[in-house]
Amino acid sequence: MNIKSQKDFFSGLMFMGVGVAFAWGATTYNVGSGARMGPGYFPLMLGVLMAILGAAITFKALVVETVGGDKIGKWAWKPLFFIILANLVFGALLAGLPIIKLPAFGMIVAIYALTFIASMAETGWKFKNTFILATVLAVGSYLAFVLALKLQFPVWPAFIAG
Amino acid sequence: MELFEHLSLGFGVAFTPINLVYCLVGCILGTLIGVLPGIGPVATIAMLLPATYALPPVSALIMLAGIYYGAQYGGSTTAILVNLPGESSSVVTCIDGYQMARKGRAGPALAAAGLGSFFAGCVGTLILAAFAPPLTELAFKFGPAEYFALMTLGLIGAVVLASGSLLKAIAMIVLGLLLGLIGTDVNSGVARFSFDIPELTDGLGFVVIAMGVFGYGEIISNLAQPEHEREVFTAKVSGLMPTKQDFKDMTPAVLRGTLLGSSLGILPGGGALLSAFAAYALEKKMKMKPGEVPFGQGNIRGVAAPESANNAGSQTSFIPLLTLGIPPNAVMALMVGAMTIHNIQPGPQVMTSNPELFWGLIASMWIGNAMLVILNLPLIGIWIKLLTVPYRYLFPAIVLFCAIGVYSTNNNTWDVWMVGLFGVVGYIFVKLGAEPAPLLLGFILGPMMEENLRRALLLSRGDWSVFVTRPLSAGLLAAGALMLIIVLLPAVKNKREEAFVEE
Repeated sequence: MNIKSQKDFFSGLMFMGVGVAFAWGATTYNVGSGARMGPGYFPLMLGVLMAILGAAITFKALVVETVGGDKIGKWAWKPLFFIILANLVFGALLAGLPIIKLPAFGMIVAIYALTFIASMAETGWKFKNTFILATVLAVGSYLAFVLALKLQFPVWPAFIAG
Repeated sequence: MELFEHLSLGFGVAFTPINLVYCLVGCILGTLIGVLPGIGPVATIAMLLPATYALPPVSALIMLAGIYYGAQYGGSTTAILVNLPGESSSVVTCIDGYQMARKGRAGPALAAAGLGSFFAGCVGTLILAAFAPPLTELAFKFGPAEYFALMTLGLIGAVVLASGSLLKAIAMIVLGLLLGLIGTDVNSGVARFSFDIPELTDGLGFVVIAMGVFGYGEIISNLAQPEHEREVFTAKVSGLMPTKQDFKDMTPAVLRGTLLGSSLGILPGGGALLSAFAAYALEKKMKMKPGEVPFGQGNIRGVAAPESANNAGSQTSFIPLLTLGIPPNAVMALMVGAMTIHNIQPGPQVMTSNPELFWGLIASMWIGNAMLVILNLPLIGIWIKLLTVPYRYLFPAIVLFCAIGVYSTNNNTWDVWMVGLFGVVGYIFVKLGAEPAPLLLGFILGPMMEENLRRALLLSRGDWSVFVTRPLSAGLLAAGALMLIIVLLPAVKNKREEAFVEE
């Protein structure tokens, strides 16, 4: 059997999987009846509905012809990795990560780290340009978020600011 | 007239210095993100929500609304000058707008878009002011069964009028509804799907989902594409004024676009995007005058009509939100979130309990539209400069604003981890061709739908027929079923697919 639309085939599988997972999870709560709905009633209903929809999408992907097979194409691992990593490192540096005994480095350090890691997602980035961008963003964020909007951030590393 | 009393109350609120400033800030930001391709109103509003905590609710909503309709103005600039839609609702403007620019008529094209948008914005605001009170009256007749039926209709509308695969859109809505249920159940106090993680008992934040899926997901897929060869017509945008003939051609197109946009904006699932597509299709059906430039080669009607329509649609899509408390599209879903943050329960009672907020917001839209014409026409040079900023400097800034925004919602790193997770999920959606906007709509409506379903069935003692025996609810459900049937008819199905295909 040929997959006629790769995108639909795999999204169908995803919906089926998630639907079954939610429905199965819902049965561990009290389902109840229509008149007295328990916490599991609505999620169970939706989970089953989603699994059916997923099955229908997968079925359609095996039967209905599409132009060029509707390929998913190559995954952009590099941008995916660096953008998400930049985000995670920012969070960890900003407020610290007690699990690995990482102290809070504050907003300024976190912004430099985020800008550099995020820039690596793109080919042909240059150290000087990225450094200037990071400095602009750090100063701008300090003025906008800390001074103007008065949001509560740790700005400097905890061991310096105390 | 009651309408004028209401409007004067509204203008009284909107004309205070602080609200004027926030209206201006919203309009500038809206134009900015409209001009810049790769970042839309959903991600921007999500980013700025935390920053509005400290503001009075009226000012916060005025600013956020300004971002949405401001983006419709800015999007046309990029569409005309660079042939890239700055906003998804400007996709059709590219077709004729860019051709006009290539023929050295960028000025009149920009003016047609700006003036058309302004006219449409004014009409849209008036319609909003006139239709809101009677609709609110109707909303008070609604019981839980009607609300459930209305939300079902809204969700069906959202998939029927959206582009792409119908089945996938429905599945995305259901996924959104399910994600919305994560967290503590209000009735039983049971923490659902929380895996014993304390942060999850409060549920997922919609800011987290909006930013992860719309912000990070989009950035990653943008970076995966090779950088476009951009041909920017920055050199000479001279002579903004359209000629007499231009005015003659565009006036009826603006009127038609406004009318179509205003009516489509009210529909669930409607709003700016659909209005623009429909208006362009309508203009093409209109009879050509002798000597007129054909469509696709720089016809001014092809710019004026969709731009008027998308602005009218973005204005009137506030009607279901403000009167019924039901968001018709993803941006309005975020507005629900914004109202909840400020302890305002969206729904028919807003007009009576917070009249200054309700009418102030409406009046501010008119002021905002006036500001936008000034921002976008005489000051066009500034925005053109912005277009020359390469994406490599923009995307780290967007990542940063998302990260800061999400951290400051709760001052908690948990949200930062979650937005990373949803960034990955968002990219998977892009790769699988699953449109994320219905998901956000479902996410906001999930808890509301469950609550109304529960109440309706409790009152009827578990009898599901309550949804079809109550006339209002039956009518709404019938409308939803009719919409689905019409879309699935083969003839309409082909037309629908055609309408969403770019030329």
